[in-house]
Amino acid sequence: MSRAALPPATPMARQILDHRSLLQRARTLPGEARVALALLGIMTVAALAAVGYLVIAGTLDGRWYDIRDLGNGTSHLVYWMERQGWHPAIPYLTTGLLGGLGILSLVGGWLVIGSWVERRLLAKFQIRQGPNRNGPFGLLQPIADALKLIQKEALIPIGADRLLYYLPPVLIFIPAMLGWAPVPWAARMSYVDMNVGVVYAIAISSLGVLAVFLAGWSSNNHYALLGAMRTVAMMVSYEIPISMTLLSVVVLTGSLQLSQIVAWQQQYHVWLIIVLPLAAFTFLFASTAEINRTPNDIGEAESEIVAGFHTEYSGMKAGLFLAVELGNAILVGAMMATFFLGGYTLFGLETWIPGYLILATKIGAVYFVFVWLRGTLPRFRLDQLMGFAWKFLIPLAIVQLLVVAVEALVIEQSGLPGVATVSGAILVNALLTFFGVRAWANAIGYRPEAGASTPILTTAVGGLRAAARLQAVP
Amino acid sequence: MESPGIILAFWVLSAITVAGCLLVMVARNLLHALVFLVLAFLGMAGLFVTLSADFIAVAQILIYAGSIAVLMVFAIMLTPLAVRDNANSLYVLPALAAGLGMAAIIGFVAVSTPWAELQGDALKHNDPVTTVAAIGDLLLGRYVLPFEVASILLFFALLGAIVLVRERRNDGDPS
Amino acid sequence: MILEGLSVTLAHYLAVSGVIFGIGAVIALSKRNAVAVLMGIELMLNAVNLTLLAFSRFSSAFTQGGAQGGEPLSGHVFVVFVLTVAAAEAAVALAMAVLVYRHRETVDLDRINLLRG
Repeated sequence: MSRAALPPATPMARQILDHRSLLQRARTLPGEARVALALLGIMTVAALAAVGYLVIAGTLDGRWYDIRDLGNGTSHLVYWMERQGWHPAIPYLTTGLLGGLGILSLVGGWLVIGSWVERRLLAKFQIRQGPNRNGPFGLLQPIADALKLIQKEALIPIGADRLLYYLPPVLIFIPAMLGWAPVPWAARMSYVDMNVGVVYAIAISSLGVLAVFLAGWSSNNHYALLGAMRTVAMMVSYEIPISMTLLSVVVLTGSLQLSQIVAWQQQYHVWLIIVLPLAAFTFLFASTAEINRTPNDIGEAESEIVAGFHTEYSGMKAGLFLAVELGNAILVGAMMATFFLGGYTLFGLETWIPGYLILATKIGAVYFVFVWLRGTLPRFRLDQLMGFAWKFLIPLAIVQLLVVAVEALVIEQSGLPGVATVSGAILVNALLTFFGVRAWANAIGYRPEAGASTPILTTAVGGLRAAARLQAVP
Repeated sequence: MESPGIILAFWVLSAITVAGCLLVMVARNLLHALVFLVLAFLGMAGLFVTLSADFIAVAQILIYAGSIAVLMVFAIMLTPLAVRDNANSLYVLPALAAGLGMAAIIGFVAVSTPWAELQGDALKHNDPVTTVAAIGDLLLGRYVLPFEVASILLFFALLGAIVLVRERRNDGDPS
Repeated sequence: MILEGLSVTLAHYLAVSGVIFGIGAVIALSKRNAVAVLMGIELMLNAVNLTLLAFSRFSSAFTQGGAQGGEPLSGHVFVVFVLTVAAAEAAVALAMAVLVYRHRETVDLDRINLLRG
């Protein structure tokens, strides 16, 4: 008897089998609903066509209601206030508050929805359902979690340093918010488009280290201190590859300003992840270490040191640490999207779709990769992780930086058309990535485990495809 | 500088910085002192911004608050049996006298000297749009020799730190 | 405006930096722990940075074009060098503190007095 004919073993398996895809659900809709949906679709298409006409005619460009770039509305507001003859502090403060409110509501909104997204996605990776009890699709789960955390007793461990114990949950939140300042959401839409944006991003991300350490030290707990020391060592080590890769981005694009980096990618119609694949990988991997996510979450490895540096925190203080982790994940996503994935541009599509929506989509894609990594990869050991940074990433990043310096010189000075020089750079960097990584890995003795093994467990358990096969059996 | 925002920022940031420094002096615990030190560094970075030195301000955050503070954390953690109470030595009174004297002299010179300083529109006109490009030009042009020397200094500091704290196998092993 | 009389000049910045330098000197001279002494030294270096930047901003010798051949941003470059030296110094000094601790199990500067005889 084949395994496929067996009845599902558990209620959960039954639920998974009964679960229908969206397409299957759409097929069983009643007739009226289909008509209504069709009408809605036609109206949407008509509205889009009208907007498209406006965009092509150019009547929309730069008006205050041009929501493709919210900077238009703000600059009109400032202009209006200046014409009223008000004190210059008022437009300054108003725009500052508006932008701050925008960032706060973005991060706050993400904190409300983020943990649900992560848990549902992880559940999909592990063939589970995920939280689905509170509200439609379990959407109210984060709010229920927050309520639970708020109700919990605020415990302070004996012997804890009270000042330093209360400070870190607040302290760690500040860089997570400040980091959003230089991110360009559209051509004229960034909170502070500063000249030193890249250095600022690195500097702000290095501020969180101290809060993590203080949290671990003040808890008066061995596990917390171990976790804090691990995290600090890891973050300090991985700041170097991050700085190196961002330096190669800066050398290539010739600017420390984030909007200029995006403009470079727009000018040459290429994403930097294609030009600098090694740098992009290094940045992604090192930032998973920087924000304490799997596979680099040794600072709070549950199976080794309870919960790491926030072991002794309870209630909303622990909630703040978890929230900062979520917020940092999308902050790093925004940095990754801006530096390597073209930012708010999408090969000309940004004249049609608001740039901030494009950037948000890219942030979501990077976040999906983070969740994917978390669902797939096991955790590194501490020495493996540090060795990987110091022996592998940093030397390769230095080589990459030297090569990029020459390429930038050629692109700037040779006078050849940009297509030729940039594609030459792409080719050189791709070769460097492929052979350099292989050669260096061989040289320092990274080898694959003898004989690649077939994943026995997944075939035995089944997976989604097996579930579909089960469904096909009458 | 007459803009009220800058004036307010200067007074608030100076207050934060000086308060942070004073708290470093009087804190009873070395780690508390470290936190206040970081506060003082951040306030100082804010003061640099009011001087329209954006690159230096960010570098200050990166190097002082981000790196040197973490180095100090490591130093404190690697000396677990040492006292952590940030105590004063026997020389408090001479030190206070010396410090107050220095502050008084510098303050007196600063206030009483008629500086040939820029004011008003001339000052605003003199502000560069960005300091990064100009600093880069100077570092690799006029000051290229000090730049190279500084890189050598950093390299030897790195080597020296490693050599100093490296555990020697046959050292401290009397047998 | 209320703030009219509080206009900020070069002297203000110099006075603030003098105060910070003084406090840093007191810390460096009076603390027993080697790390605390280093904190004082870093504060003194910071005060010097503030002075350099303030002169670079306010001094009329450094106007664009340079009356006496001064570059307007030389002060910034000096600060970059001071930052470099501070970082190197912190690294070496803290390594020495750790080394002393290994031999003597203390970083108390009053008790590291082997040469006193």
